[in-house]
Amino acid sequence: MTDRYIARAPDVAARTIGDELMIMSGRDSSLFSLNETAAALWDLADGTTPLAEIVERHICAEFDVDPEEALADAQALADELAAHGILIVSDAPIRR
Amino acid sequence: MTSLMHEMGARALALGIPLSVHLDLTYRCNERCVHCYLDHEDRGEMTTAEIVRVLDELADSGVFFLTLSGGEVFMRRDFFEILEHARAKLFAVKVKTNAVMVTRAKAERVAGLGVESVQVSLYSHRADVHDRITKLPGSFGRTIEGARLLRECGVKVSFANVLMKDNADDYREVRALALAMGVEYKVDPTITPMMDGGRGVLALNIDEARLAAVYADEELTRGAAVSRAAPGGPMPREEALDSVPCSAGHTLAYISPYGEVFPCVQFPYACGNVREKPFAEIWRNSPQLREVRSISLADVEGCSTCVHGGSCSRCPGLAYTEGNLRGPSIQDCERTYAITGVPSENLKRRKGVIWLVSV
Repeated sequence: MTDRYIARAPDVAARTIGDELMIMSGRDSSLFSLNETAAALWDLADGTTPLAEIVERHICAEFDVDPEEALADAQALADELAAHGILIVSDAPIRR
Repeated sequence: MTSLMHEMGARALALGIPLSVHLDLTYRCNERCVHCYLDHEDRGEMTTAEIVRVLDELADSGVFFLTLSGGEVFMRRDFFEILEHARAKLFAVKVKTNAVMVTRAKAERVAGLGVESVQVSLYSHRADVHDRITKLPGSFGRTIEGARLLRECGVKVSFANVLMKDNADDYREVRALALAMGVEYKVDPTITPMMDGGRGVLALNIDEARLAAVYADEELTRGAAVSRAAPGGPMPREEALDSVPCSAGHTLAYISPYGEVFPCVQFPYACGNVREKPFAEIWRNSPQLREVRSISLADVEGCSTCVHGGSCSRCPGLAYTEGNLRGPSIQDCERTYAITGVPSENLKRRKGVIWLVSV
């Protein structure tokens, strides 16, 4: 499977309010509340670490989930966040 | 307001988080608007380093929405340095400007930094009226061009149309101009007192009949260009009496170019200075902010028995400038009367015999 990379979109606003990570899309100012897993993905979206590695090293270790299932879920989540302009997803490392 | 936005506001209120901060970077301005509530001097503005530190403190305190305003923000040579830092700290940044100094290069930079929106002050669709209010010849053309450049670069822009005697009849055309430019439109039909308490500018306010006409204009209310409701309401009166009547000091703060902290830009009750104490300490421990937070509508004389209790938009800042932090704001009572045609309890008391005869 081709490696996929995720990076934070540059035009979002984000802050943790209480225990929830709130993110505003720069595309249309719509607001999102990320759950713990999504927030972890957001925190680790450095553009250069493959998504599979993020999932294996951090998500699986921290949340005690099946690696294959976790990767599929993470890919779906990354695509969803990308559709809202919150993450950038690419088949190549994203360098800025 | 989306439900998620409402939830975030409620959570911030419960946790004592200052969700929104309005930071004026300077009071200097290239315009001299007749109704402006500020002076235009530099009495020792915060340096770039000081502002950067304050932004770090605001981010640590949980501030999500940051409004950068003035004065005119582009009068600060370090404006983009400040804006870059604000965006690096992931604030949702709104910039307020007259757009006179906006060039294509600046518009591109604003767009590139992911500013949430830019609010541009526009007073009329007629250049002579706009320029007469700003006292800057040629400002209308430059403001329109600045707004156009921002739009061309993909920035969300809104026109803030403050109404006063001189431009009260122009708002429909200003709104049409906004629509044609792909710009949002907001109208504010009231002039408020100056930060130093001066009330001379209130003479510029439009009369009751015109104010009522603005609030009755369905083109404005349907598009939410003018707000007729209280921030949290309308709600059942009993609930309103114990609720937070306004976010000022609860989830909102204002910081002046000199580091002074106030509950709101329209609420000149000094609560501390970020040059002397960290913002978080002022936010948590200022006796003035605690006092502001202790006031509910039920405490305000007249308001607690007023028919408008559940939909009242009493501004505590206006009440303060009218002389009593725990009193009503007659200017808001007049606004409510313009919207509803029903006098508030305090308006009836104020106008005494006249209301007794006519009610």
